[in-house]
Order: sequence, then structure tokens, then C-alpha cells
Amino acid sequence: MITVNKLTKTFGGLTAVSNVDLKIEKGELVGLIGPNGAGKTTVFNLLTGVYVPTAGEIIFEDKSLVHLKPYQITAQGVARTFQNIRLFNSMTVLDNVKLAFHWHDKYSLWGAFLRLPDFFRGEEKMDEAAMELLKVFRLDDKAGELASNLPYGEQRRLEIVRALAAKPKLLLLDEPAAGMNPLETKELMALIGEIRDKFDLTILLIEHDMSLVMSICERIYVLDYGKIIAEGTPEEIKRNPRVIEAYLGREA
Amino acid sequence: MDLFFAQLINGISLGSIYALIALGYTMVYGIIQLINFAHGEILMVGAFVGFFAIAKYDMNFFAAMLLAMLASALLGVIIERVAYKPLRNSGRLAALITAIGVSLFLQNGGLFVFGTNFQSFPQAFPKKTFQFLDGMITITSYQILILVVTILMMLFLNYIVSYTKTGKAMRAVSYDKDAALMMGINVDTIISATFAIGSAFAAVAGVLLGLYYQTVHPLMGFMPGLKAFVAAVLGGIGIIPGAMAGGFLLGIVEALVSGYWSTNYRDVVVFLILIVFLIVKPSGLFGKDTGEKV
Amino acid sequence: MKAMRLRNNLIIAVCLAVLYFGIAYAMKQRMLSSFHQVNLYLMGINIIMAVSLNLIVGFTGQLALGHAGFMAIGAYVSAVMTLKLGQPFLLAVLVGSLATGVVGVLIGLPPLRLRGDYLAIATLGFGEIIRGLLININYVGGAAGMNGIPKLTTWTWLFIFTVATVLLIKNFINSSHGRACIAIRENEIAADAMGINTTFYKVLAFSIGAFFAGLAGALYAHYFFLIQPQTFTILKSFDALVMVVFGGLGSLTGSIIAAVAITVVNAALQSLGALRMVIYALLLVVVMVFRPQGLMGTKEFTLRTLLRQKGGSGLHDYRKQVD
Repeated sequence: MITVNKLTKTFGGLTAVSNVDLKIEKGELVGLIGPNGAGKTTVFNLLTGVYVPTAGEIIFEDKSLVHLKPYQITAQGVARTFQNIRLFNSMTVLDNVKLAFHWHDKYSLWGAFLRLPDFFRGEEKMDEAAMELLKVFRLDDKAGELASNLPYGEQRRLEIVRALAAKPKLLLLDEPAAGMNPLETKELMALIGEIRDKFDLTILLIEHDMSLVMSICERIYVLDYGKIIAEGTPEEIKRNPRVIEAYLGREA
Repeated sequence: MDLFFAQLINGISLGSIYALIALGYTMVYGIIQLINFAHGEILMVGAFVGFFAIAKYDMNFFAAMLLAMLASALLGVIIERVAYKPLRNSGRLAALITAIGVSLFLQNGGLFVFGTNFQSFPQAFPKKTFQFLDGMITITSYQILILVVTILMMLFLNYIVSYTKTGKAMRAVSYDKDAALMMGINVDTIISATFAIGSAFAAVAGVLLGLYYQTVHPLMGFMPGLKAFVAAVLGGIGIIPGAMAGGFLLGIVEALVSGYWSTNYRDVVVFLILIVFLIVKPSGLFGKDTGEKV
Repeated sequence: MKAMRLRNNLIIAVCLAVLYFGIAYAMKQRMLSSFHQVNLYLMGINIIMAVSLNLIVGFTGQLALGHAGFMAIGAYVSAVMTLKLGQPFLLAVLVGSLATGVVGVLIGLPPLRLRGDYLAIATLGFGEIIRGLLININYVGGAAGMNGIPKLTTWTWLFIFTVATVLLIKNFINSSHGRACIAIRENEIAADAMGINTTFYKVLAFSIGAFFAGLAGALYAHYFFLIQPQTFTILKSFDALVMVVFGGLGSLTGSIIAAVAITVVNAALQSLGALRMVIYALLLVVVMVFRPQGLMGTKEFTLRTLLRQKGGSGLHDYRKQVD
């Protein structure tokens, strides 16, 4: 589904990501792990067009994503969440989700200005679809609240709902469980497995917590100092000496 | 060629004044990220203090300038304490509007107190004309005075910023306010000091402007203030050498446009340059480009 | 829900009708002095200016300081249409507004890549350039401006255009397209990642705002019959911005209330002469220092809040999108 070849990004003299190769098949749930500062989020930013790669290629469903703007990449079917939550704080929970419907379900500008029938139809359709998504994440009873008033765990969940509303084929989750307590994390992980089947998704997720990634991901890439140092099933990764060194060497 | 040199010299004089104003603008922006629209009015008040000191009290030109610097510095500090400090945490737009409010207040207060007439600034300094290269270059003593004063002020500023404790603290605060606070720097005092220094520079510019145009008026500060801000942006906002370069550049461009084309197009050209710069190199001549971290 | 919306709309419509016919009657009976009338017209024009600027600054989060420049284009283009080309008023107003909208796109496209203060300075520069060019165009009278523009802005037209502006902008904001603009203010990177073409929507908001500022200019020109480059200085841009911030960034009703209030204050202080602007400026500073989020914050003043006193969403500062 997505193939990344020799992806490299340098900032000034600093190489943040170097020669990264990734290959993810349709329907897979893949983890991307690595110590702090390994370049995981930079990889996400390259995949979603926030940064333009210095070198390398990103092929998504036979189409190159390099040099596309973030919103164009979203339109190709790639959506993401953010590690540092980026919700639209003074918009309601419902409007946060409806916003992500805009690119694929918008009605005409004239309809908006003049309140033509397509405005009412479009809004109704978005309302229904958004509420349905919110229900999956048990946020439907908070639809009218401001996003900034949600507790932390729910804000994280709302980020995922919003990304799903953008109708992705490939979903990129950047530390979706960061800051959650163990129980919340466990629930969320189960939910991620569920939505993959329910929405026919391919998921790439960054996570810090090794045990979690091990429990739900089918395949894992390990990034260290901007390079992929290992790739394989959770079992293989657990036994890989380079991974153990990367983690134990600096983080133990 | 005569015209070119004449306009070049005019441009350098005017540019010196812009540079002096731009320095204050850029220092204030560097430290609290506020476009201090009232800066031009601080200049105006300084010019009036100088004017009264010379015209009414027969003070020596340099003593009058010193007095104007003190008065403007005091005014700058008061404005910061009363109007800007309470808004430090309420978003930049509120502070910007307040700055506009202060600017309008001083302009109109000036009109109310000093009247709407232009007052003629006394010739406090002997006006002589010097000619070089068979009259190809003509320089007046005022132009020399302006340039000399400007250079001295810049050396003075360089000394403050590079070698004094206050100057080092100023740089620390503009780099990272919270870190500076944790290092035991009294951020409030440093911000006040920045306003005082910037405003004193504006006063010098005001007195020189009064001398140069031989008039003072309550609205005299607004346009030069705006232009100086443009100069600060051209040089790279928050960067001191940038403000100087931007000031000179702007003054020379203005003089050449006025000389070769028309004074009516002067402002159009100035703002066009601004926009071209903002699009091509928004960080200015001396600035580094920075993007938002995701 | 639907029944309540219908009832509320009906109440608003009745109020507007009472306002329109009440003032029309008062004018017919010569109950309003010319001083009152001038300020009434200014109120309408100021509402259009404030609401349209709020779309750019308050809702989309793009700090613009050149609104007077747009007003000038609308005023001059429409005045040329009626005075020089002998076209009818409505056509002139339409062409003036459209021309301004187009200029909004043209000059909005490059600098909207800029953020925050840089955009503010660029738009300020544009305002000054427009004014500078007008001074140099002899066809429109140069610095002396255009005089003798037919007085065609009637109370009816003013009322219709003011209400239409507010209604259209309100509809826009409460639509999917409007949400896209607000999302840009809230978090541009996230909006981009959710499939919003942020440049398109910034330029769109900018040109819609410009269109209506042009409309305000056209109405202004055809009421005051004299327009000069001096009328559209940066002070006029400040005026509009003051109303927007005063009323609350992102609150349309706030902008309307502020536009009315500021016009009234200005009129009330008229007799004070030079002191008027001193007090006005002082008031501005005091309000900003004590209520920086403006009168309404991002809240709207609705019939629902009026009738049921249900709490709103709380106050929100201008999000720091400017960094």
C-alpha cells in the first residue's frame, strides 16, 4: 500500500532521518518505535507533507506523495493524529469532526451563503456521519462541548475520530496513548484493532511503550538515530540485539 | 551627477534619522514582540521637549537633546508600565490595539495641548554649507551633525548591548523570557530599560527631525515612525544592525525616488519594497528563516 | 428545534422591520437632524466594515491592517461608475464590490503565506500603496479626490446592504466553509492535515472581507458625495480593527454592537472638538487593558441566551495563531 525508499531529511547540517525504507501492505497494523529523538515524528511529518524530503521517495498506491501539500496527501487517503494534541480548541467536539468531512463531502459555496437546500442536506449528512463516528469512541454525549473542555484521554480519542472522519485508507497514529493511564491505554489499543477491521484500514503507529506495541502490532520497525535498525514481528524484535542495545544502552 | 550626490546625501541624513527610530522599534519588538505604534509619538514628544527647551528657555542644543532623551525615556517607561504590561499575557492583538490607542492618544493629546499649527524649530546650530569636488557635493552642517550624532548613538548602543550587564540581560530576555527569569534576571526591569533606551533614541531622532525640517508638529512622528518600522522589518525585525542598515537603505531609496521621479511616489515605492521583501525574504536582510515546529 | 429556529427568525425579522420602518417614518417626518442621519449612515457603514474585517481577523485569524484600502477601491470604482460613466447605482455598487474582491484575491495571494505580524505589516503597506496610487491618478482627482458624487445611498439601500452583509457572513461562518476558516485560526497545521486547503480558504476569507469593505466604500461614496485619498488612511483601518477587537474577535454580534457603540461615542464626543479623539483613544486603551478579549469574547449574543439565560461557552482569548 505504501512504500518508502531511502527517505532522508536534513535540517541544516543535522540529519534527522536517513535512508529509511518502509513497506506496509494493505490491512496491516504496523508499529514504528524507537528511543526519544530517533526521528519517528519526523517520518510522520515527511509522510504527511509537513516537511519535504531531502531525498528519497514515498509511493502510496502507485502515486508519489513527495511534493504534495498536506491537504493533498489527506485527499489521497492518508490521515494522521498529532503527538502534541492539535484540536480546534474553541470549536465543539462535533465541529472538530465535521471539519474533517469537508474535503470529501463539502457542498457549494453558494449553498452556504444563501442557505440553499444543499446546505441543509450537506450539514445533516455530516451531522449524522460525525455522530456515528463519535459513538464508536463513546464521545457522542460530548458532541456539544468545546474540544478544550474535554479531559485529556478524551482529547486523544477525539484526535483519532477526527482523523477517521477524513476517510483515510492509511491512518498514522502518533503516540495515541501518550499520557494515558494503563487502563485507558489498554482500552484504546483494543479500539484501534477494532477500527482497523471496521473501517478497513491500514495503520502505522508510533508508540513509546514497548509492551503495548508488542501486543497489537503485527510488524514493527525500529528507528534509532534516524535509521531503521530492525524490522520484524514483535517476537523477532524482542530478541534483536541491536534493539536491546538501542533501548537499554541509553534508556535503561 | 549633482542630483545623485545631493539626493544621496539627503538620503543618508534622512536614513540616519530612520535608523535611530528603527533601533527603538526593533529593540522593543525583540523583547516583547509588540509593534509599538506609539514609538513615533514618543519621538514627537521628544521633539517638542527639545523645541521648548531651545525656543523658550534658550538652552544649549545638546543640553536640550539630553533633556528630550530623559523626558521620552520616562514617557516610554510609563507607557509600558501602564498600558502594555497588564496585557503581556492576553494575546498580541490586544497589545497591538492598545499600542494604536496610545499612539492616537498622544497624537491627539499633542494637537489639544500644542495646537494644530506647525511651530518653527529654532536654528540652534549654525547652518553652514560645505562644498567638495568643485561643488559637485554640497553638505550642510545639519547633515553632518545628524550623521555624527547618529554614529555616536549607535556606538553607544553597541556598547550598552555588548558590554553592560543590562545589555546582556536584554539579549537574554529577548531570546527566552522564561529562561532569563529562571536565571534571576528581573524581566520587568529589563523591559523597562529597553523602553527607556529605545525611547531616548526616538527623542534624539525627534530633535534631529525638528532641526532638519525646521518645524515641529503633533503628527510629525506618525509617518516617520511607520517608515522606520518598515526599515526595521527590512533589516530583520529584532536585529540591531539590521535596523541601522534598513534605516539607511530606506532613507536613500526615498531620496532617490523623490529626486528622480516624484515625491508623490515616494511612499508607494517604500511600501512596495516592503512587500517584495516580505514575500521574498520575510526575515529581512539580516534575519534567519524559522518555521513552526510540528 | 426547527420550530424554535423559525420562531427566533421571526422575532428577528419583526425587530428588523420595526427598526426599518421606524427610522423611515422618523426621516419622513423630519424628526432626525442631519447630524443624526449622518451618524445613522456611518453606523451602517461601520457595521459592514467591522463584520467583514472580523471574518478575516477574528474568524480566520489573519491579522490585516489594510481594510481602509479596500474601502477606498470600492468607493472610487463605484464613484467612477456613476459620476464618470453614468451607470446606475446598483450596478456601480456591485462592480465596486466585485472589483475590491478581485483586488483582495490578487494582493491577498502572495502575503497570505506570511504569518501574524508580517501579514499585518504587508497589509498595512498595501493600504498605503492603494492610497498613494490614488493620489497619483488624475482621472480620479488626485489628492483632491472626487467631488459631486450623486447622493444615491438611501436609508432603504443602506439598511438592505447592512442586513444582507451580516446575514451572508453569518451564513458563511456557520457552514462547512466557515468552519474551515475557523479551523485555520485554531490550528493551521491540523486544518491542513485534515484536508483543508488553507491557502485557498485564507484567500477566500480575505476576498470576501474585501468585497464587503468595497461595498461599505461604495455606500460611503454615494452618501458623503466627496471622497479623497485622505479619507482612507491607516486611521480608518485602525477604526475598523478597533471595532472588531472591541466587540470580540470571532463574535459577529460583538462587532455589530461595537460598531454602533463606537459610532455613538464618536458622535457624542463631537462637541468636544480636539478633546474628542483624546477621550476616544483613552477609552480604547482602558477597555483593552481591562477587557482584552473584547466585549463578547468569541461568544455570540443570541435570542436564546437572551430568552433563557443559558450559559455560553466561556471566554476565549485570541488564540496565539500569530506566532
